[in-house]
Amino acid sequence: MKQNAVEPKREPLIRPRTLKVLMAGFAAVLGALLLVEGWAHRHVIFPWEEWYGFYAAFGFVAYVMLVFVAQYVLRPIVMRDEGYYDR
Amino acid sequence: MIASAVPPGLILILGALPAVLLRGRLRQAWMLALPALSLLNMLALPEGNHFLVPFFRQELVLARVDRLSVVFGIIFHIIAFIANLYALKVEDRFQNAAGLVYAGAAIGAVFAGDLFTLFVFWEMMTLSATFLIMARRTEKSMAAGFRYFMVHVVSGLCLLGGILLQVKSTGTVAFGYIGLGDLSSWLIFVGFGVNSAWPLLHFWLPDAYPESTVTGAVFLSAFTTKTAVYVLARAYPGTEALIWIGAAMTVFPIFFAVIENNLRRVLSYSLINQVGFMMVGIGIGTELSLNGTVSHAFSHILYKALLFMSMGAVLHQTGKINATDVGGLYRSMPWTTAFCIVGAASISAFPLFSGFVSKSMVMEAAALGDLRLVWFLMLFASAGVLHHAGIKIPFCAFFSHDSGIRCKEAPPNMLAAMGLTAALCVGIGVYPQPLYSLLPYPTDFQPYTAGHVISQAQLLLFAALAFALMLLSGTHPPEIRAINLDVDVLTRKGGRAFYRLADRSLNALNAWADEVVSHRLTRRLALFFQRPECSLQRLAFRALAPLVGNPAWMREQLCLAEARCEHGAHPVGVGVLRAVVLLAVLTILVLFW
Repeated sequence: MKQNAVEPKREPLIRPRTLKVLMAGFAAVLGALLLVEGWAHRHVIFPWEEWYGFYAAFGFVAYVMLVFVAQYVLRPIVMRDEGYYDR
Repeated sequence: MIASAVPPGLILILGALPAVLLRGRLRQAWMLALPALSLLNMLALPEGNHFLVPFFRQELVLARVDRLSVVFGIIFHIIAFIANLYALKVEDRFQNAAGLVYAGAAIGAVFAGDLFTLFVFWEMMTLSATFLIMARRTEKSMAAGFRYFMVHVVSGLCLLGGILLQVKSTGTVAFGYIGLGDLSSWLIFVGFGVNSAWPLLHFWLPDAYPESTVTGAVFLSAFTTKTAVYVLARAYPGTEALIWIGAAMTVFPIFFAVIENNLRRVLSYSLINQVGFMMVGIGIGTELSLNGTVSHAFSHILYKALLFMSMGAVLHQTGKINATDVGGLYRSMPWTTAFCIVGAASISAFPLFSGFVSKSMVMEAAALGDLRLVWFLMLFASAGVLHHAGIKIPFCAFFSHDSGIRCKEAPPNMLAAMGLTAALCVGIGVYPQPLYSLLPYPTDFQPYTAGHVISQAQLLLFAALAFALMLLSGTHPPEIRAINLDVDVLTRKGGRAFYRLADRSLNALNAWADEVVSHRLTRRLALFFQRPECSLQRLAFRALAPLVGNPAWMREQLCLAEARCEHGAHPVGVGVLRAVVLLAVLTILVLFW
């Protein structure tokens, strides 16, 4: 794309290297969270809370389910163009 | 002996008048001093009922002070101060006054000890909130404000009907525990329910709030729904229906929030989701769950206002709020970005942020009550909150793609308001004891156990991992420039259909009546009275024609009669008869009248 003179200079929002460092740090935190679960003494109410990594798995699956249901089930039903109510 | 001079709420409501008259720095100082003054006035009240006003053999209680009303009073004052600080530069008499009256009415409603006072403040809130929406003065906001007003007038009537029936059956206007029973209790329940945005009755909220002014949304996000939470906690604790209503509220809005493009509308859906947790807490009705509801309302008001302020700042600085239009603003607005992230972390209930210390109480109360399905729904909703409020809001506005917008950072007063709120969010998260000490029931709840922290961190961070993986792999749904239908399609399109039906039926009736009465009938009458005798005789001939059976002769007689009328050449007897009748009528009139 040809850069317009008035248009401000566009840098990438996040440099690829920074992104890599961030993702590595994120992965480290996730790993640590899974590891620390084995040591910590937890007080649980429901039996499934004791399954190893229950919350991690639930969070991941819930998130994916939410996004896919919203995108592929809800969106086709309710999405309209922006002028829908003006007609 | 009462130390405070006026009932809580009235200071803000009455203070709106000087706020309208003052200008410039004087007004700004007044707007900031007023909530502080009002808070001191409120805190000076000891527990108990104050400001009792006799009213039709009943007693109105303008200030019922107990632990439940005080904690709501405190947070309402805090947020009124913050919202006024955020709106400090708004030189708009409408908004300045409406904001103060709205906050004052909400405080008045919270301290109302009787149903009548509650209703008056309740309606005052409706009216002032409508002004906060319409004050944006766009066609859309006018329409949305009107729809907001209509919905709340209907719910207000429902509430009023319930109150009247309730007063009639119980004989008292006192406002306390009601519980579901007869018709009156249901009417009041539903009246409260509309304001707490129950499923299917929620549509006014995502319709109206995003159309309000930049600063109005901050006020709106705090008062209407949380006043409803307060009255439900007061009148319907332990009502099982609320558990299921609340569970539905936590889940369904998050799907809408995922696909919504207008970021302030995303926040509106997320508001419903958060109020859902409070409803569940009220429905469970244990001390722990009610404490959870109140503390969650307290922290929710702060972080929701913070998120609305940050999105308001984006709208204020760029004029845009759709996810497809903004993005990459973190370089232009670094402070707003930071404050928004604090709000996002708080609403997502990350450990060390305010949502964590309050939501875990409701979750634990549900678990202790063995409400397995509700617990799972709320856990699902907790992961969902992370998506739309925790990630989508800051990500779409400040990161995502570079929209090319280069704007200035938000003005200092907005930053100060956001900074103060962010500090409170972190403060409550790190050191929740002061908040816990304000709750209605004494509690030794420990949010920071290893179990709580690890499970919540796992839930959120692995959900965030899902986001990161979907984003990097390109499977994350894109933001689309579109709107999404909600229940209000029924009222909005239904309203139009009703309009058309009324237009076709009533206007057609009107046109028919116009044609018949003012055109045909008048013309006929005019023609008739041009020559009344002639017309009368013609009518008589027509009526008699079939009897006589000689049409030719009849026609001849008719022509003769018409000719006589035209020339006034009647037989003498007819003229005399007319004169006699006229004289007789005159005599009767003179003699007997």
